[in-house]
Amino acid sequence: MKQTVYFDHNATTPVRAEVADAMAGALVLGGNASSVHGAGRRARQLVEEAREIIAELVGASLAQIVFTSGGTEANNLVLRGTECDHILVSAVEHNSVLDAADNIEIVPVNGNGVIDLTALTSRLSEIDGQVLISVMLANNETGVIEPIAEIVRIAKEHGALVHTDAIQALGKVNVDWGDLGVDFISLSAHKIGGPQGVGAIVINEEIPLKSILRGGGQERSRRAGTENVPGIVGFGAAAKLIAGELDQISKTQDLRDRMEASIKAKCSDAVIFGESIDRLPNTSCVSMPGVTSETQVMKFDLEDYMVSAGSACSSGKVQASHVLKAMGVDEETASTAIRISLGFGNNSNDVDAFVSQWGKIYARANPDQLMGAA
Amino acid sequence: MSNSQKRRQPVYLDNHATTPTDPRVIEAMQPYFSEKFGNPHSGSHYYGWEAEEAVELARAQIAGAIGASPEEVYFTSGATEANNIALKGVTRFYREKKNHIITCVSEHPCVLDSALDLESEGTRVTYLPVGEDGLIDIDELKEAFTEDTLLVSIMTVQNEIGTVQSMAEIGALCHEHKAYLHTDAAQALGKIPLDVRAMNIDLMSITGHKVYGPMGLGALYIGNKPKVRLTPLFSGGGQEKGIRPGTLPAPICVGFGKACELAVDEMPIESKKLEIMRDGLLAKLQGAIPNIYINGGMEHRVPGNLNISVENVDAESLMAALPDLAFSTGSACSSVSQDSSYVLNAIGLSNELAESSLRIGLGRFTTEEDVDYAADRLIEEISIIRENRQVLAGTAA
Repeated sequence: MKQTVYFDHNATTPVRAEVADAMAGALVLGGNASSVHGAGRRARQLVEEAREIIAELVGASLAQIVFTSGGTEANNLVLRGTECDHILVSAVEHNSVLDAADNIEIVPVNGNGVIDLTALTSRLSEIDGQVLISVMLANNETGVIEPIAEIVRIAKEHGALVHTDAIQALGKVNVDWGDLGVDFISLSAHKIGGPQGVGAIVINEEIPLKSILRGGGQERSRRAGTENVPGIVGFGAAAKLIAGELDQISKTQDLRDRMEASIKAKCSDAVIFGESIDRLPNTSCVSMPGVTSETQVMKFDLEDYMVSAGSACSSGKVQASHVLKAMGVDEETASTAIRISLGFGNNSNDVDAFVSQWGKIYARANPDQLMGAA
Repeated sequence: MSNSQKRRQPVYLDNHATTPTDPRVIEAMQPYFSEKFGNPHSGSHYYGWEAEEAVELARAQIAGAIGASPEEVYFTSGATEANNIALKGVTRFYREKKNHIITCVSEHPCVLDSALDLESEGTRVTYLPVGEDGLIDIDELKEAFTEDTLLVSIMTVQNEIGTVQSMAEIGALCHEHKAYLHTDAAQALGKIPLDVRAMNIDLMSITGHKVYGPMGLGALYIGNKPKVRLTPLFSGGGQEKGIRPGTLPAPICVGFGKACELAVDEMPIESKKLEIMRDGLLAKLQGAIPNIYINGGMEHRVPGNLNISVENVDAESLMAALPDLAFSTGSACSSVSQDSSYVLNAIGLSNELAESSLRIGLGRFTTEEDVDYAADRLIEEISIIRENRQVLAGTAA
């Protein structure tokens, strides 16, 4: 049987072998990191080692890292916990940002999905009170990178705070506290080869943050609950791996570019969203004219290629992506888009075979359109 | 050479703080870290379905352990989150209609802090006292109900003194007064039989890492009959029917499920074994050391728990003298703070006796040998501390 090819790394990544080993060690070791005895102190040490690796990866200090149960909680904690009067977010944010509070206002994006900085600036000038701006570093569906540095510059002029959801960006592009200049960053382990169920926020310690989960005072009272020791250890182990691999990301980009060029060669009408601008090196959101996303996903699945129609969280629902809609993509084109997200373990054979399959599905649906057929 | 130098691995007697993960649980989890790694919400491909199937099996195993239906079980990141969702979620949803809740002074901090949050939002909260035995007075509960009472939150098993409340009776009263009953059963799961219907429980918080499962995952049971509604704490991708969004950690779910299955299978024999060991330990300590007081009643208590105060012995000093034993002086979450246990104060202990208290939690992997060793070492060090104290007192005089 043919090996399955996993092209859905933006949904989740396989846990790397080194990560699974580190976690198994922590699982066997046991111990509650808040216990005072030896077993507790060993667990505490593991948690703090992981915190150090993650802090170093993003250029922050230890005290800035607050572990959470994942990206969704991380985003909710920042958006709710800062208790700002107004929250401005881009129209292409993840649902965990879009729906996090009642006082959220959407700032439109352009055709590439990049936030409209003029609209942001003018809204900032109109409103009073403390504002939090939350814009993702890179979009999970298209991979499009948002101009965080510009947003921070504008925010500072208006005294606004900035949060960036860097969950999809981590490990794929530089995520650095100092370079970004934001006040909060959300991270998640399972998008970087770590386990599901653990994430973190990087905080500006000077900004008050009201916790959502109250209880035992863990994470300096910012996030109560017994520390998920094996999960945190796994996050640390994954962070350590990606810290050493950032320079290899260009190989993933070569694969992605090769795939997109081959698809374009087969069908010049295929739309690659955000093609001409800064994107994550692993992500491709591509339409196949005449074939709905659902059909493509099914057909690829039959051939053992794992891709998705939009993000995983919403893939149970049959509705057009809010991201593409916000970009002004017409419904027909949006309904034929799939997301291909590459990652660790993918190679050029996988990509070439996938493109060949793409061509077959496209040709069957568009018998007259195949390029080179004439 | 003393015993302590012969042993390298400390004896683990802190199974209330966390339990070691059962090797069978780790084995069940393993494939879901590697070859079966999918996102259980990826509805479009095999990896996602495989993970989803595993998550749903786990949900059924968990439901089975508490007598619920699988669709009534919602995964959370742990008991703290489950308790926060239950208290804040239910109160925020219904507060326009009813805005009074009843809880108890010896609840876990995550319940008490949630209640405080709600008070700051305008909810009225009644904190019931507990008796020396650690139990609430049913008559006081009866009197606390008003027309406005929405929710009662009483923990099934107390995390420091192991006392078991009469949940079925409490639940019947709640329903008589048209209030919902929530219980933090984190310390009860796997230790006493749980049945949400027989116990009249509408919401129940449980967690994996107290039942030989992995950390980082808990669950909230939300009853369908009657249907309890609540406002979620987070928003996001709509997972767990919107009650608790966020990607589910499939391997951890699998581990929690397996742990529940094992707990149900092993409880009858395990609890008997733990009770015999615990009672043996207590008898041995009482036989060798005068002036030991048991905190909380012994009648309604989980089998693995022992909480004692050793007069004239500072528990912190005793812990420091016993690096070869891992036990605690209170709950793990509050062990960073220096205050004496509010739970022990609530059952009437003086600060001095509360600061002389030890919590010992025996568990599945505790052996007879461990208990014998622990008893000998405790007796040895307690005697030394008391002798030193007498010598010091003598010098002072």
